Amino acid sequence: MSSGSAAYQVSQLDELEAESIFVMREVVAEMERPVLLFSGGKDSIVMLRLAQKAFAPANIPFPVMHVDTGHNFPEVLDYRDHRVTELNLHLIVASVPDALAAGTVRESGDGMRNRIQTPVLLDAVEKHRFDALFGGARRDEEKARAKERVFSFRDEFGQWDPKNQRPELWSLYNGRHHPGESIRVFPLSNWTELDIWHYIAREQVPLPSIYYAHDREVVERDGMFYAVNEFFQPRAGEQPFTATVRYRTVGDASCTAAVRSDADTVEKVIEEVAATRITERGATRGDDRVSEAAMEDRKREGYF
Amino acid sequence: MSTDMLAPAGSPTEARPMDLLRFATAGSVDDGKSTLIGRLLYDTKSLFTDQLAAVEAVSAARGDEYTNLALLTDGLRAEREQGITIDVAYRYFATPRRKFIIADTPGHTQYTRNMVTGASTADLTLILVDARKGLVEQSRRHAFLCSLLRVPHLVLCVNKMDLVDYSQEVFEQIADEFTAFAAKLDAPDLTVVPISALHGDNIATRSENMPWYEGPSLLHHLEHVHIASDRNLVDVRFPVQYVIRPQSTTVTDYRGYAGQVASGVLKPGDEVMVLPSGFTSRITSIDTADGPLDEAFPPMSVTVRLADEIDVSRGDMICRPHNAPTVSQDIEAMVCWMDETRPLEVGGRYVVKHTTRSARAIVRELHYRLDVNTLHRDESSTALALNEIGRIRLRTTVPLLVDDYHRNRTTGGFVIIDEATNRTVGAGMVIQRD
Repeated sequence: MSSGSAAYQVSQLDELEAESIFVMREVVAEMERPVLLFSGGKDSIVMLRLAQKAFAPANIPFPVMHVDTGHNFPEVLDYRDHRVTELNLHLIVASVPDALAAGTVRESGDGMRNRIQTPVLLDAVEKHRFDALFGGARRDEEKARAKERVFSFRDEFGQWDPKNQRPELWSLYNGRHHPGESIRVFPLSNWTELDIWHYIAREQVPLPSIYYAHDREVVERDGMFYAVNEFFQPRAGEQPFTATVRYRTVGDASCTAAVRSDADTVEKVIEEVAATRITERGATRGDDRVSEAAMEDRKREGYF
Repeated sequence: MSTDMLAPAGSPTEARPMDLLRFATAGSVDDGKSTLIGRLLYDTKSLFTDQLAAVEAVSAARGDEYTNLALLTDGLRAEREQGITIDVAYRYFATPRRKFIIADTPGHTQYTRNMVTGASTADLTLILVDARKGLVEQSRRHAFLCSLLRVPHLVLCVNKMDLVDYSQEVFEQIADEFTAFAAKLDAPDLTVVPISALHGDNIATRSENMPWYEGPSLLHHLEHVHIASDRNLVDVRFPVQYVIRPQSTTVTDYRGYAGQVASGVLKPGDEVMVLPSGFTSRITSIDTADGPLDEAFPPMSVTVRLADEIDVSRGDMICRPHNAPTVSQDIEAMVCWMDETRPLEVGGRYVVKHTTRSARAIVRELHYRLDVNTLHRDESSTALALNEIGRIRLRTTVPLLVDDYHRNRTTGGFVIIDEATNRTVGAGMVIQRD
């Protein structure tokens, strides 16, 4: 935390940091088996930094879990493994490919693995008996998320019921639950995309390289730029070309698109994000374009 | 739509770090609240083209004559289908001066619960009325709830001024009536602004349609309203959240008390008292991951170390020997009941969560139910149903460490939880005076 002024004021970034740290400490103090969902995306990376700060000089007192769709950007997997070693974390991988091999889930027709992540996540929660799952979701991302609590109660099927949420007053979070039920906790609820980037700059948090501008072979589909790789092949008529791009979000490599960008430093990314007129999910997520309520529907099923 | 005068959302200036203003919005159905929020987002460039395109498409499909900005804030399927708002939604926008968090609460009569929830963390409440209708029962109710929750600043927006020919007379009549009502409430700092959310009058810039209005635009007021002195810097209150004791070979013998400063200023060297034990000690260090601090104040999250090895655990409170909260198992409070399934009844047993401490509690007495429209006290009532407010006395299994809610919103507020369902069923505000 940077120092306050003589007038006892803190910056909004310091206030957000203090609130997130408070939330994380509440969870560790009150819940039995928390876990942090770590995708290697910028939000979960910031969440990990906040966890470091919340419990220093002790180590982070919970494991991290990666729900691995098998469609990964290699830069992100490298980053994940590097952080795990550096911070001495316990990593749990909930693997969609393993679940496919075991026959507990089946590939969906469109090849997207977004929906089948959910049962894999829920199986891992049950197996490890996690009762609190930290997620990096922010309320500014999406309309359904704007209405979700910081402590989001989930029943034994992991389902979110938007009409039946617990009132959340002051900073009094109610994490009480029966066995088998759980709480999704969103410490970054009040952060915006720009706050995340300002914090990454201030804290000098390293990110996977794909967040910064680089040359990549892409095809244009539905107005978005998809990298050509083993999980994403051009269709007939789509002509791959090399473009300077970066990723605004990092998700499944088969449905996450890049944006054209020359921003190769954190300062340039901040300028770009401050000036952009398109939301990050709108610009880069094929999975959210399915319908007006795509996110709401996934969350009801137990998604992040 | 107009106004390209503002800098891109959220670019902070180097000289003055952005601070944060949380505000709640309240209005009746059709007061234009969602339109106002849409307008604020649009005029501060916090609205994105893909969001706007989605709203334009839905508006066109429904045959709306203009882009219905209300659709921006109604996110859930049922809301769009039924044209209603179900729950508190949080929205974000920024100007170079400030970041804003809006708790957007639905205006239906029955949704006191949502308004109370939104107001609990707000620095400011924004109440809308329709200039054609003037004050309605709900406007008074909203003002009352704002005062009950001790939101320090109140703004009344008289909306739809375009539909009353931007009449000064209409505006002043509503402003006078509201000011007189607010005076009875012990209401905080009040500002009244005539606006048209639909056309953008007095939202981001002063309106040319109302030259008689000499006050600030709404956005200017939100950017400049002074909130720094709303924080209590006098009474040191540090609820202990978690004890940090590293199990490590490199860091040994570390024992720190982690928490968020609720009020007051803590410094190394300060004599402190730990409640409920009453043991005293001295602060040796105020730690953060970025190094030790010379002082800590709200809303900082820090770790405090003490000179003496005394027993301190979660739920305890660090304060000063001559300025301590009340330690009591008998709690007088105003409560707002939030459960639709079962009313609050005398003899009811619950769990109370107050700061970082939880206790089981029994409702000993219901003094009265308050009619939030007339402020009449019904002393004959025996229960509080959903959205009802009343004064109660609780007896708790362990002492709580409380201050009057008027003096301290953090150490004066609590929630009531149903032990069987685990649902949050009520919100309480401690009373220590009559």
